[in-house]
Amino acid sequence: MQPFRRFSAVAVPIDIPNCDTDQIIPARFLRRAKDDPAYARFLLHDLRFHADDTETSFIFNQIPYTNAQILVCDINWGCGSSREAAVNALMANHIRAVIAPTFGDIHYSNCIKNGLLPVRLSAANCNHIRIQLHESPGASITIDLDKQAVSGPDRKGYMFDIDPMDKIRLLHGLDDISMTLEHQAEIEAFERDYRKKNRWIF
Amino acid sequence: MWEPIRKVVNAPRSHSKTLFEKIFDRHVIVTRESGDALLFIDRQLIHDLHYRSFEELQAVGRTIRYPDQLFATPDHSVPTTAKKLTDIPQGEMRDTVAGLQEAAERIGFTHFDMTDPRHGIVHVVGPEQGITLPGLTLVCGDSHTSTHGALGCLSFGIGSTEVKHVLATQTLWQRKPRSMRITVDGTLGLGLSAKDIILTIIRHIGAAGGTGYAIEYAGSAIRQLSIEGRMTISNMTIEAGARFGIIAPDDKTLEYVYGRPYAPTDEKWEEAMAYWRLLPSDDTAVFDKEININAAAIEPTVTWGNSPQFCVGISDVIPDPASEADLATRANMESALTYMDLLPGTPVNKIDIDRVFIGSCTNSRIEDLRQAAEVFKGRSVVVPTLVVPGSGLVKSEAEREGLDRIFINAGAQWREPGCSMCVAINGDVLSPGQRCASTSNRNFQGRQGMGSRTHLVSPAMAAAAAVTGRFTDSRRLSS
Repeated sequence: MQPFRRFSAVAVPIDIPNCDTDQIIPARFLRRAKDDPAYARFLLHDLRFHADDTETSFIFNQIPYTNAQILVCDINWGCGSSREAAVNALMANHIRAVIAPTFGDIHYSNCIKNGLLPVRLSAANCNHIRIQLHESPGASITIDLDKQAVSGPDRKGYMFDIDPMDKIRLLHGLDDISMTLEHQAEIEAFERDYRKKNRWIF
Repeated sequence: MWEPIRKVVNAPRSHSKTLFEKIFDRHVIVTRESGDALLFIDRQLIHDLHYRSFEELQAVGRTIRYPDQLFATPDHSVPTTAKKLTDIPQGEMRDTVAGLQEAAERIGFTHFDMTDPRHGIVHVVGPEQGITLPGLTLVCGDSHTSTHGALGCLSFGIGSTEVKHVLATQTLWQRKPRSMRITVDGTLGLGLSAKDIILTIIRHIGAAGGTGYAIEYAGSAIRQLSIEGRMTISNMTIEAGARFGIIAPDDKTLEYVYGRPYAPTDEKWEEAMAYWRLLPSDDTAVFDKEININAAAIEPTVTWGNSPQFCVGISDVIPDPASEADLATRANMESALTYMDLLPGTPVNKIDIDRVFIGSCTNSRIEDLRQAAEVFKGRSVVVPTLVVPGSGLVKSEAEREGLDRIFINAGAQWREPGCSMCVAINGDVLSPGQRCASTSNRNFQGRQGMGSRTHLVSPAMAAAAAVTGRFTDSRRLSS
């Protein structure tokens, strides 16, 4: 997993409250392998493409936002379905961070597991940054995970909270399984005791 | 047969725990300083869309730690006209269903294939088979895994990386969520159902109201519901943003679980009971948030927007965004009305529909089908209507009761079990612009096919819409 320390990139505002994972990637693409060469197109597909596959005027299709690697979104980003394909579609477009006031719980966790940084800022701050991004197309944002700080297009700093373990995971690009296996002895001891006390489960 | 489940009264406040905490704490293997806990996972359910997990784990040299605690059935990709794998046309749908079957054969975990009468939607099959039990931790790579909370099971939806983590280690890292109790008291009106309760709850707390919380449902109206009704409530918890929607086990739960194929028997049943009896939240347990809902005020409910929080009663009109003070919400309402092609002020019972879907992990169990059949009896559908049972066993029970004849005689289509037009990737889709009365759980843009317009309703309301061609108060039609 690619570590996330400090990252600067063009950001795109996505002004859709409750943008569910069905919008991020429609269900009909869920059977595709994540290394499918068409995967990048699946992101926000039905907002970005007409039925005849031509592009809509959706902001992510507009230069210079096409270069964006950070999304700035509205409340409840990634609610709904647990599909990790939503994260795969973001990553296929080289998106490395999403900033939003609130995230769907499962989508948030899926982001973390893939090294994509979800940043929670207040609704007022997200709104403020989105307005700046509309006013200055192609403006960059810098995110410093170690300092837990976002520097907006106006160079103003915004601090954010993140779970300490999630932070370590992202800073070092750790995958969960190897981290879990550090606790192998504890797991085995737990299992022996648990199986003895809960015969009704096994 | 068993002692009734009672609350532990007068537990000292400092030691008092919620139902959720009791199950959570029992499964903690180790807790890190940060508060992250490594949980033991008792059971995992798996469906066709996760078939690649097995080869991906194999590629990195990992094995399945507890194949006996893994239960699979294909549901998302099964056409409802197919009875067996070879009935599915060649292509990605068939490859997906075949991929799960091959993994099951190679690794040796339980798999209810399309020809097995126990086959169906994973969230219908789990409880039906007694795989879902009170006090367990149960996960599945599907957000509607909250369903199993209806049995007092700590169940939650996970992503595919977590699916593989559980396959390889039978554990998962979690932080204990905040706690919320939603108490629904009062008597639900005649002809209303669990669907109307949960839609009302989501309207009340909002689509993100439960984010970061584990919800426990309590109160007389919840206790009065059958286990199947409770599953409808827990199922849609994720539509309020919470991954967990748990209900304390009571005598109804025990009665439901007892004798199911994978439920414990004899001394093991007694051992389980000794644990289950202590599960209900202590009287002195403190929740981070408390919500109260009056069941008596609930009406048959219809959603009008692209988030389940946008719903109204059948006697209401489509709300006017102009009367919404919050500008962001106003804009959200306006775009939903544009997408849904609805005008503010339109009476809900004047909205014509094009299609009806009765099914999904929310509403495809036998009681749901009975409620729909009650309305269909002696009437005919005026729009194409699809009725899809949740499992092979639900299907055969419905046929034993003659419900299939009622649906078919009314002109509805009676299909094979699966997710069908809830996720709409099995060939059952709406055409662009079509308006559907659906018993499923999501009215998102494009959910039932590109450009589809979904209105979420109860089974009785869906049936009433099918026979009248518009939203109609089902209480006026029940025989």
